[in-house]
Amino acid sequence: MTAPTPTSGLVPDPTPRVPPRKDRAQTPQRAGDRVFSGLSTGAGVLILVVLAGVAAFLLAESLPVLGADAEELPGGESFLSYLGPLVYGTAFAAIVALVIATPLSIAIALYISHYAPRRLSRPIGYVIDLLAAIPSIVYGLWGLAVLAPFLQPSYVWMADNLSFLPFFEGPASATGRTIFTACVVLAVMILPIMTAINREVFLQVPTLHEEAALALGATRWEMIRMSVIPFGKSGIVSSAMLGLGRALGETLAILLVLSASGAVSLNLISSDANPTAIAPNIAAQFPEATGIDVNVLIATGLVLFLITFAVNYAARAVLARRAEFDGAAG
Amino acid sequence: MSTLVAAPAAALPQVHRPLPRLAPWLVAGASALVALALVLVLDRGVIAFALLALVLFAVALNVVSRRVEGSRRATDRLVTTIVTSAFLLAVLPLVSLLYTVIENGAARFDADFFSMSMRGVVGEGGGAQHAILGTLIITALATAISVPIGVLSAIYLVEYGRGRLARTVTFLVDVMTGIPSIVAGLFAYALFELIVGPGVRFGIGGAVALSVLMTPIVVRSTEEMLKLVPAELREASYALGVPKWRTILRVVLPAAAAGIATGITISIARVIGETAPLLLIVGITAGINTNPFAERMATLPVYAYYQFVNPGVGNPGIDRAWTAALVLIIIVLVLNVLARLIAKFFAPKGAR
Repeated sequence: MTAPTPTSGLVPDPTPRVPPRKDRAQTPQRAGDRVFSGLSTGAGVLILVVLAGVAAFLLAESLPVLGADAEELPGGESFLSYLGPLVYGTAFAAIVALVIATPLSIAIALYISHYAPRRLSRPIGYVIDLLAAIPSIVYGLWGLAVLAPFLQPSYVWMADNLSFLPFFEGPASATGRTIFTACVVLAVMILPIMTAINREVFLQVPTLHEEAALALGATRWEMIRMSVIPFGKSGIVSSAMLGLGRALGETLAILLVLSASGAVSLNLISSDANPTAIAPNIAAQFPEATGIDVNVLIATGLVLFLITFAVNYAARAVLARRAEFDGAAG
Repeated sequence: MSTLVAAPAAALPQVHRPLPRLAPWLVAGASALVALALVLVLDRGVIAFALLALVLFAVALNVVSRRVEGSRRATDRLVTTIVTSAFLLAVLPLVSLLYTVIENGAARFDADFFSMSMRGVVGEGGGAQHAILGTLIITALATAISVPIGVLSAIYLVEYGRGRLARTVTFLVDVMTGIPSIVAGLFAYALFELIVGPGVRFGIGGAVALSVLMTPIVVRSTEEMLKLVPAELREASYALGVPKWRTILRVVLPAAAAGIATGITISIARVIGETAPLLLIVGITAGINTNPFAERMATLPVYAYYQFVNPGVGNPGIDRAWTAALVLIIIVLVLNVLARLIAKFFAPKGAR
C-alpha cells in the first residue's frame, strides 16, 4: 500500500482498502434513503408546480376574455378599458399606503433596535407581530366603524384649507369612507412586515461601526444617520417593496371601507371619486358573477398576480443579493 | 507664542454641558400643562390635547436643548421624540381595534352564538355555530395539506437540496409568501372549475386556497428550525451507521419538533382569518354543512363580512359581525399564545 500522504496532519491517513465509491453520500444508501429523498424532493418540486399552476390556471380561465365580443364585457368596451381604472386604483391606494407606512416602519424599527430599553424590545416586537396576526376582515370593520368617522373632520378641514392641492380637492366626504381612510388601514396592515425586515437589517449593523461613530463623538442620531441607515439602505428598499406587494393584494380593508365608484382621480378625501382596486373589485363582483364576467374577473386577478409577483420577486432579489454580499464580506 | 496657542483653542468647538436628566420630564410636564390650558380654553378633545402636548414638547425641548447643549444634541433629542412617538402611534390602532371589537362584540357573545346557526333566522338571534364548524373543518383540511408538503420541502431544502433547484425553491417560497390571498382563491376556483364545472363552491376548494397561502409559511419556519439542529447530532448518528433517512426521522425531526409545531401553529393563525379566498370558492350558507366536498359552507370571516354588509332589518347582523370578529381575534390570540407555550415547554432540554 502507499505511504500516508504528508498533508493529512495529525490524523494518520486511513488507506482505502476498497476502491472509493462514486456516490457522494457518506452514509449507506438504502431503499429507504431513495424513497425519502425522492419524497422530499418531490415536495419541493410540488411547490414550484403549484406556483406555475397558479399562473397556468388563471391564464386558462382568462383566455375566453380575448375571444369575447366587446359588448359582452362589463362596461361594454374592451377588456383593457375595464382593467385600466382598476390598475390605477390598485397602484394609487398601495402607493399612498406605502408613503404613510415607510417612514413609520423605519422609525418603529429604529425604536426597537436602537432606542427602546433592551428589556422592552422583545415584548414590543410581540406587539408589532400581533398587528400582523389580526385578520384583515377585522381591520376592515375597524376602518369602517372607527377610523372613517374619526378622520372625517380632518377631511373637512383639508377640503377647506388645502384644496389647492389635487389630493385634497374635495368636496369632503360626509362619511369618511374615502380612499385615504382605506390607505391608512392598509398602512397599518403592512407596517408589521416592513418593521420586521427593517428591524432585522438594523440589528445586523456591525457593532464596531456604531461604536466607532459614538467614539468619535457622534450623538445617537448622527450614529444612526452615518452607520445604521447607509448599512440598511437595501433592506429598507426591499421592505418597502414587500409592503407594496402586500398593499397591492389586500382585499377586505378596501372592500369594506370604500364605497367604490371606479373613478380615476387623485382626490383622497371625497366619497364621489373613489377609485376601485383589483382585489376588492373581484371580491365584490365574484359571488354573483356568471359566464364571461367570471373570466373577466379571473383575468384581472391574473394581472394582479403578475404585478405582485414582479414586485415581490424584485424585493426578494434585493434581499438575496444583500445576503450574498454579507456572506462574502464575512 | 501665546497667540499661536490661543488661536487653535478658540477654533475648537465650544463644549456644552448636557441638560440634567430631569430636564425632559420638566419640559414634558410644562407642555402638558400648557396644552391642557389651551384645550380647555378652546374646548377641544383628548386627541387635540395629546397632539398639542406632543408638538409643544418637541419644540420646547428642542429650543431649550439648542440653547444649552448646542444644535447637534438638540437634533438628537428631536429624533428621539419623533421615533418614540412613531412607535406610540403604531400601538394606537391596535389598542383602538381591540377595544372596539371587544366592546361591540360583547353584546352577542352568548351561548346562542355558539349553539345556533342562521337557518330560518330573520332579525334578532341566531348564531355562528355553522360558521365556526366550517372554519375549523376548512382550516384542518388546509393544515392536513400544507404540513406534509411544507415539512418535506423544508427537509429537502436543508438536508438534500443542493444546486440550482434548491436555490430556486428557496427563492420562490419567499416570493410565494407574497401571493395575494384573493389570487389563491381564484386559483382554487380556476382549478376546480376545470374539474367540477362552472360556479363551483365547496369547502375543499377553500382548503386548497388556504394551503397555497399556508405552505410557504410552514416551509420557511420549518427550514429555520431544521437549520438550528446541530450538525454534531447528525454526524453522531451517521457514525453509528444509521442511514440518512432514519437519521432525519429519528434524530433531526425530534430535535426540531417543538420549533416546527410552533411554526405550524403560527401559520394556522395566519390563515384562519383569511376572508377573500373563502368568499370566492366556499361562499356562504345559513345552515350547518359538515361535508367539505359538496355545497357551500359558512366560515367565520365570510360570515362576519356578510352579516356586516347585509345586516337585515334593525341591523341585528352588525352585532353578530362584531362577535364573529371577536371570536376570530380570540382564536388567533390563543393560537399565538399556544405557539409560544409550545416553544417554551417542549424545546429540547439543554439545547442552546
